[in-house]
Amino acid sequence: MQLPALCARLAAGPGVAEPLPVERDPAAGAAPFRFVARPVRFPREHEFFEDGDVQRHLYLQDVLMQVADAPEKPRVPAFACQVAGCCQVFDALDDYEHHYHTLHGNVCSFCKRAFPSGHLLDAHILEWHDSLFQILSERQDMYQCLVEGCTEKFKTSRDRKDHLVRIHLYPVDFRFDKPKKNRSPASAEVPGDSGERSEGEAMEICSEPVAASPAPASERRTYSHRSVSKLFLKHVLNVCSVLRILGCTWAAALLILNSER
Amino acid sequence: MWSRRQGHFRPTVCGVEELRRRRREQEAALRKARREQQLVSKRLLREDAPEEAGEGCVAAILGEAEVQQFLRQAQRATEEKEREGALVSLRRGLQHPETQQTFIQSVWVVWGRGELGLMRTLVGLLTSNQALLQLEAARCLHELSHSEQSTIAEACLPATSYLLTYLSGHSSDFIELCLYTLGNLIVESEAVRRQLLPQGIVPALAACIQSPHVAVLEALGYALSQLLQAKEAPEKIIPSILASTLPQHMLQMLQPGPKLNPGVAVEFAWCLHYIICSQVSNPLLIGHGALSTLGLLLLDLAGAVQRTEDAGLELLACPVLRCLSNLLTEAAVETVGGQMQLRDERVVAALFILLQFFFQKQPSLLPEGLWLLNNLTANSPSFCTSLLSLDLIEPLLQLLPVSNVVSVMVLTVLCNVAEKGPAYCQRLWPGPLLPTLLHTLAFSDTEVVGQSLELLHLLFLYQPEAVQVFLQQSGLQALERHQEEAQLQDRVYALRQTALQG
Repeated sequence: MQLPALCARLAAGPGVAEPLPVERDPAAGAAPFRFVARPVRFPREHEFFEDGDVQRHLYLQDVLMQVADAPEKPRVPAFACQVAGCCQVFDALDDYEHHYHTLHGNVCSFCKRAFPSGHLLDAHILEWHDSLFQILSERQDMYQCLVEGCTEKFKTSRDRKDHLVRIHLYPVDFRFDKPKKNRSPASAEVPGDSGERSEGEAMEICSEPVAASPAPASERRTYSHRSVSKLFLKHVLNVCSVLRILGCTWAAALLILNSER
Repeated sequence: MWSRRQGHFRPTVCGVEELRRRRREQEAALRKARREQQLVSKRLLREDAPEEAGEGCVAAILGEAEVQQFLRQAQRATEEKEREGALVSLRRGLQHPETQQTFIQSVWVVWGRGELGLMRTLVGLLTSNQALLQLEAARCLHELSHSEQSTIAEACLPATSYLLTYLSGHSSDFIELCLYTLGNLIVESEAVRRQLLPQGIVPALAACIQSPHVAVLEALGYALSQLLQAKEAPEKIIPSILASTLPQHMLQMLQPGPKLNPGVAVEFAWCLHYIICSQVSNPLLIGHGALSTLGLLLLDLAGAVQRTEDAGLELLACPVLRCLSNLLTEAAVETVGGQMQLRDERVVAALFILLQFFFQKQPSLLPEGLWLLNNLTANSPSFCTSLLSLDLIEPLLQLLPVSNVVSVMVLTVLCNVAEKGPAYCQRLWPGPLLPTLLHTLAFSDTEVVGQSLELLHLLFLYQPEAVQVFLQQSGLQALERHQEEAQLQDRVYALRQTALQG
């Protein structure tokens, strides 16, 4: 039928038809006739959309993955997590992926705490492990809001928490905003919440004690390096090896650098 | 091809007739809901353990004590496998509406006694640093989110900040689960949406949309479509979406090519539709190239029809047609560079291929396709010329018998062509047009007849030879049938006069 001609047209390149001459007679729109050529728009709730909307929702409601059709999780011979100090064992790659990302993906190299995102890890390292941060925060607002996209900064972590609760409607006990304590990070911080695991606990898979070591081994250097160097001068990199030997954090390194000027 | 979930219906012991009956009921319920503007649909991701596949039913309903016991076990058992197992049992129990009800009621009751509520315990497990426990807790929450009870969403409010936080993680399965859960909660309750906006859902989605994982993108599109469907979206939600980088990413997901994923594209096409039909700031979208992207996608869809890779294609075609049609009404369309962004004649060819497809597979979408055709041809001599030069008048006329709505739209498009003047009407004559009009004049629907009269008027004006043939074929009698009808009288009379004088 017409279909082959249309297919041919579709296959040919883009093009604009040369329009036939337009010549309107005023009698065309004269009463009682009222036709006017015009594009039509329909708003959200118009009944014109009913059929299509119903089809859309049937599609949404039909999505029910059944194990008969979905591929089974592939099982592999049991293997252990390769990260130093972790002895978790798995028999499925999906489980391992989630474990890895949750527990080893965004880990603070100083205190071993795991965070759900790089954003929160960065904030943590700055606020907990960076002495320069403490110094600067005495003079300016340094505590960044934890919500991505919000650029507000605050003088104290308390002020920031108030902001999170009042403006962003975050829970008062948001787990990824614990104020820094002076004791060792492995101690329980929030008394009274029976049954809730403190976020400050070390990875509970192995009972390896956690030391808040200021001189981390070279492989763990990469975690703190990633975040701090984004925020401070890049030339700090050049003196990294010297300072590693001295057992200093990056920010302290900068302090030394600046004081030498 | 079009959906990895297509055809995944529950393997059932009931027959085809029973399935059809359920489908009809489902459809009727949806229509009713839409008329009351209460269209709420949720998505469920459920992966049952292999052991259950053989059984005919799921686990038993749990009472409050059992729910509490499983939760305590999940927190305190010494063996990790025990803790995970407790949550798995809870999740299976939560597949029952009764267990969900128990859980929700207990949330409020236990808070009253000052103890740690069930939801807070679940949230504690959701944020534990044991990855697999966390995953199981998230699955429990997901089952809850799918509940039909309207109080569920508010019961889940304590969890939303964490669900959003986890969107910036890297574990794609987990993120997918969080997104579907969020989508289900969003559609249920304005209170949840009121909380999610200040909690930063828009920046979180804008960051998450850069994920390379197709499953994550589809889930994100779903959650976003639920957000955009909200009643308050035009005032409260769409402006911040438009101010973010989301529109550019959405359009990227709709670009045809090897990277186009149908499941993902469907979700984002619906997102775009909800934005565009709210008419908040469509020129902005046109500035991002929405018209050309959607036009190219339309060509791609027509190509898929030609290759008969069209299973489920109407799910994507529908929102694309709507977006294009509504965008074409914007004044900005005319002023961008002084010309319409959409002038390619292939768009008309593609649209007709789709109309043919709808005619055979999904006639309920014909009005939407014809709506686009109207908006393309109304102010465009070029597209009207294309209709004539590609011989599309006859295929158009073949759609007339489908329904009255379709008839009116077909006649309107023909009027768009005819009103451009004699050069156009000459190409409509001789041909099937006049006999067809004599036929539609016999319809009982007033609107169909009214539009036929308008077209006749234009034909008589620009192609006077038609009058004689009209009279010879008992045109006057066809007219006189309607001379008592209030809405048609004046036009019937005027046409009679023209015919008799001509």
